Amino acid sequence: MNGVHDMGGLENLGPIAPEPDEPVFHTAWEARVHALTVASPTRRNIDEGRHQRELIPGPQYLAMSYYEKWFTALCALLVKHGHATPHEIAAGKAAPDSPKAEPLLTAAVVAERMGRAGSYVREAAAPQFAVGDTVKTRQLNPHGHTRLPRYARGRQGVIVATHGAHVFPDSHAHGQGEDPRPLYTVRFPARELWGEAANPKDSVRLDLWEPYLERS
Amino acid sequence: MALRVKALESLMVEKGLVDPAALDALVDHFEHKVGPRNGARVVARAWSDPAYRTRLLADATVAIAELGYAGGQGEHVVAVENTPSVHNLVVCTLCSCYPWPVLGLPPVWYKSAPYRARAVIDPRGVIAEFGTDLPEDVEVRVWDSTAEIRYLVIPRRPAGTEGLDEAALAALVTRDGMIGTALL
Repeated sequence: MNGVHDMGGLENLGPIAPEPDEPVFHTAWEARVHALTVASPTRRNIDEGRHQRELIPGPQYLAMSYYEKWFTALCALLVKHGHATPHEIAAGKAAPDSPKAEPLLTAAVVAERMGRAGSYVREAAAPQFAVGDTVKTRQLNPHGHTRLPRYARGRQGVIVATHGAHVFPDSHAHGQGEDPRPLYTVRFPARELWGEAANPKDSVRLDLWEPYLERS
Repeated sequence: MALRVKALESLMVEKGLVDPAALDALVDHFEHKVGPRNGARVVARAWSDPAYRTRLLADATVAIAELGYAGGQGEHVVAVENTPSVHNLVVCTLCSCYPWPVLGLPPVWYKSAPYRARAVIDPRGVIAEFGTDLPEDVEVRVWDSTAEIRYLVIPRRPAGTEGLDEAALAALVTRDGMIGTALL
């Protein structure tokens, strides 16, 4: 989806404003939104969560704080998956006939679960490309979730690393299964992306799934 | 927002979707258990132990786990090393991807529109705003975290630190140094 979240290459969005001695969370509610999102049954699909934040309409997306976006997306996902109704969320109270679930994450397992290395690598068909191959990104403009930014579409690059097959967000975000596809790191010269004014030594590297690429 | 979040938490607890004690434990984890001190230990070890540095550059996920750090948003970590001729900068233009187990949660500026937008098109300008003018002949590599690979920059070890032990070295390593917006 060509949304405002896909902002690589834009300018004039305001100053980058580092805050000295920034706290992890600025308010207690930010910490709770983060924890609710991580503990929620909807967290099982991280790609769907990312896409839900992208679905916040552009002007609001740009105006909201980071955790306002997380809160908005969490509420939407709870409704989408039938865990709650908008009325219940507004009221902060379950409907009388509401079913009771079992939390996925209990306090006893948080430390173990947070310290456990999961993996997005899956078995899949052998990769078509190898390190050193020149590839071109496809000119894709899907209406759903994708991790191929606009600034890197239709551009030529070189494969610099292969990572096996990873869960494919373009499918997974939409409930179409994990659909694992080979994942590559692709190096694009800065001049290929931004033109002759860019430093000829510089490059941008992106991690891109095979369906984004064609041989060049 | 505070009231709306409180209402949502009450609802999710009532419905059995979350355990309030687990929420407390998660907040504690992200406020106290993860953060750039973890990454600083990794960097200091790489500076002091050539065999560890080799393992870190070969498979950072495994090398980082040796020091006890693993978990969500650190499933697949790649360490990229700054040298006199190469400087690395990490961004996530599409959202806010960041290596939680070694750096903790990202600062607001990293997640902000201006950084996400400009890091890929004007990395030298961004780094200059953070206080460093990179020479023209230094190669800048920007890593846009578009998948579940997370990047950790190994900054250059400051001159004159030959006699320091790992703990003293780790104290020199900054969060921004491990993102690549700053040099040490």
